[in-house]
Amino acid sequence: MKLLSKVHAKNLMRWAKDKPNVLALSADLTSSTEIDLFRDAYPDRFISMGIAEQNMMSFAGGLAREGFFPFVHTFAVFIYRRAYDQIAMSVSYPNLPVRMFGFLPGITTPGGATHQAIEDIAVMRALPNMTILECGDATDVETVLDAAHSLRGPVYVRMLRGEIPRLFPQNEPLVLNTARQLSNGGDITLFSSGICTEEAMRATPLLREKGVSIKHLHVSTLKPFNDPLVTEAIASAKHGVITMENHSVIGGLGTCVAEVMAAGGMGKKLVKIGLQDTYVHGASRAYLMKEYNLDAMALIAAVERMLDTRFGLTGDEIAASPAVPRHSDARPEAL
Amino acid sequence: MAGGKDAKELWQQDVRRIARGIRRRVAEHVLLNGGGYLSQACSSAEIFSVLYARVMNLAPVEKPLVPAPFGGVPSEKNLSYRTGGYFNGAPSAGADRFFLSPSQYSLVLYAALVETGRMAPEGLLQFNGDGSSVEMIGAEHSPGMEIMSGSLGQGISQAAGIAMARKRRGESGRVWLFMSDGEFQIGQTWEALQAMAWHNLDNMGIFIDANGYQCDGSVASVMNIEPLDRRLDAFGAAVVKVNGHDADALAEAAAQIGGGRPLAVICATCPWQGLEILKERDPRFHYVRFSSEEERLRYKQAISSAFQ
Repeated sequence: MKLLSKVHAKNLMRWAKDKPNVLALSADLTSSTEIDLFRDAYPDRFISMGIAEQNMMSFAGGLAREGFFPFVHTFAVFIYRRAYDQIAMSVSYPNLPVRMFGFLPGITTPGGATHQAIEDIAVMRALPNMTILECGDATDVETVLDAAHSLRGPVYVRMLRGEIPRLFPQNEPLVLNTARQLSNGGDITLFSSGICTEEAMRATPLLREKGVSIKHLHVSTLKPFNDPLVTEAIASAKHGVITMENHSVIGGLGTCVAEVMAAGGMGKKLVKIGLQDTYVHGASRAYLMKEYNLDAMALIAAVERMLDTRFGLTGDEIAASPAVPRHSDARPEAL
Repeated sequence: MAGGKDAKELWQQDVRRIARGIRRRVAEHVLLNGGGYLSQACSSAEIFSVLYARVMNLAPVEKPLVPAPFGGVPSEKNLSYRTGGYFNGAPSAGADRFFLSPSQYSLVLYAALVETGRMAPEGLLQFNGDGSSVEMIGAEHSPGMEIMSGSLGQGISQAAGIAMARKRRGESGRVWLFMSDGEFQIGQTWEALQAMAWHNLDNMGIFIDANGYQCDGSVASVMNIEPLDRRLDAFGAAVVKVNGHDADALAEAAAQIGGGRPLAVICATCPWQGLEILKERDPRFHYVRFSSEEERLRYKQAISSAFQ
C-alpha cells in the first residue's frame, strides 16, 4: 500500500472531461480543495464565488434548477455551519443535484476549532433529501464522484485531500449504501469511517494475533443508513459493537449504528470512539488523533474494555503494523 | 416604449385597472380573514401590474388556472411534483422568468395573477387554507412561484444562479426579481449583488419596493440601508430610482436592462397608497390585524368607498 497525492485534483479533471454541465464552484479555496487542475483545464466551467458561501449555496441551487451540476468545493465547516439555511431551503428542500465537497473533516486540519467540522454529519443528516458520503482512502476519493453523481438529489461528501493512502483495491469502487468488509470475525463488530478506517486497520491484525476476531466494516454512506450488511454485522457480534469516527459521537456513525440497533431490537453493547462532545484545537493530525483517542491505540483500549482484558500492546508495535503506510513521512496538512 | 400615444394610454389604463384590482382583492381578503399583508399590496400594486402587463415576456395561459391542492414536498418519491411556475406560462429560451423574493408578498402576487387572467378568482379563496398550495407565505409550489424564497435573502442568489445558467445557454429570456427594501439589511443580498456584477449578469433586473417599512416599523428606525442607490451602484448594479406608483417610469426603468450591469430599480412607494385609512397605523404596517369589531367596520367602510 502506498500514499498518493492530489488524488481528487487529477481524478476530477479526468472525470469531468466529457461532462459539460458539471461546474466547479470555489469560495477562494481553489488549490486548498484541489480544483486547481479543473480550473486550468476547463476555465469556462470554473466559477469563482469569493468568500461568500451563503450566496454560493443558493446560487448553486439556481444553477442546478436549470440543468447544471454545481460541484461546490470548500472546507466542510464553511458548507454546513456558514450556509445551513441556504442548503436547507435553496438546495435540499427542492432536492437539487448540488454536490457539496467538504474538505478537512474533523481533526484533519490544523486550523483549530474554526476550521474543524466535528458535527457536520449530525446536522446534515437531519436534512430531508440529503445523501451523505465519506471517503476513507484514495479509491473512495476516485470513485465517490460516480456514486454521488448517480443521485438525483443533493449530496454532501466528507472529502480527503493531500496525501492519501490507498487502502482498498483500485478496481473496487465505493458503492452507495454498501459497507466494505475489511476483516471477518465473531467476537466484536467494528464500524469505522473516514480516516479512522486506516487507524483501525493498524490495530485489527495485532488484535487478531491476540486471539480477538473482529468483523470490520468500512462505512462510506452515512445517509441513508440502512445497509443490510451493517444490520447483519451488528447481529453477529458476540461481545459488542465498536464505532470509530472522525466526528462527534453525537449524531454521526455511532448514532446511526445505535439507531439501527435500537430499531432492530438488537441489545448489543456499543462503544463509540470519536470526539466525546468536545471542541478541538489546532495541532497536527497525529497529535490530535492521539490526544482525542481516535487512533489505533484508542481502538485497542476499547476492545480491552469490552473484553475486560489487557494485551500490553505498545505504540511501537502499532507503528510497525504492516497493514497501512505510515503518515509520519507525509507533509503535514497546510491550509 | 413602443406605440403611439393611444397605445401608451391603453397599456397604462390596463396597469391602473390591474393595480386597483390587486389592492381591492387584497383588501377584501384582509376584511374577510380579519388580517393580512395589506400595506404590501398598496405599495407594490403598480410594480406587479407593470411587470405582468407591460415588462415581462411571459407565455400566456390557456385560461385562468385553478390552483392544484398542495401536492407534497419535493422528494425522490414524489414523482408528480411541480412548482407553481406554470402560472407564469410555459418556459422557453425567449420567455422571461419572474421570482418573488419576499414571500410575505404572496397574496399580492396571487391577486396580480387573478387580475392578469392567469389564476381563477376562486383560487384566492383557497388562501391560507389547510391542504391548499395558495399559502400565506408562499413556497415554490404556490401559484406564480418556483423557488424557496421565504427565508429572506435567498431569492436573489437563486435567481442569479438561474440568470447565469440562462446566459451560459445563450437564452434571450430575462430574469426579473421582486424584492423588498428590508432585504438590503441582509448580508447574503450584498454577496449576491457582488457576484451578479462580477459575473456580468446583465440579464437580470430587480424591482425593489422601497416602501420604507418592515416588521418592527420604519426601515430607518430598525437598521439604516441608505444611501441605497449609492450602495447598489458601488456594488456594480445599474441603478434607476423611480416613483413606484408611476407606470410609465417603471416601464422605462425596466427597458434599461441588458446594459452590461445587473439592473436595480428602486421604486419609492407609499404603504397606504390607494387606501388612506392605513396611514393611521404608521409605523406598524407589516401585518394588518383588527383589534376590535369597531375597527374592522371602519376598514370595511373605507375599503368599500375606496373601491366603489
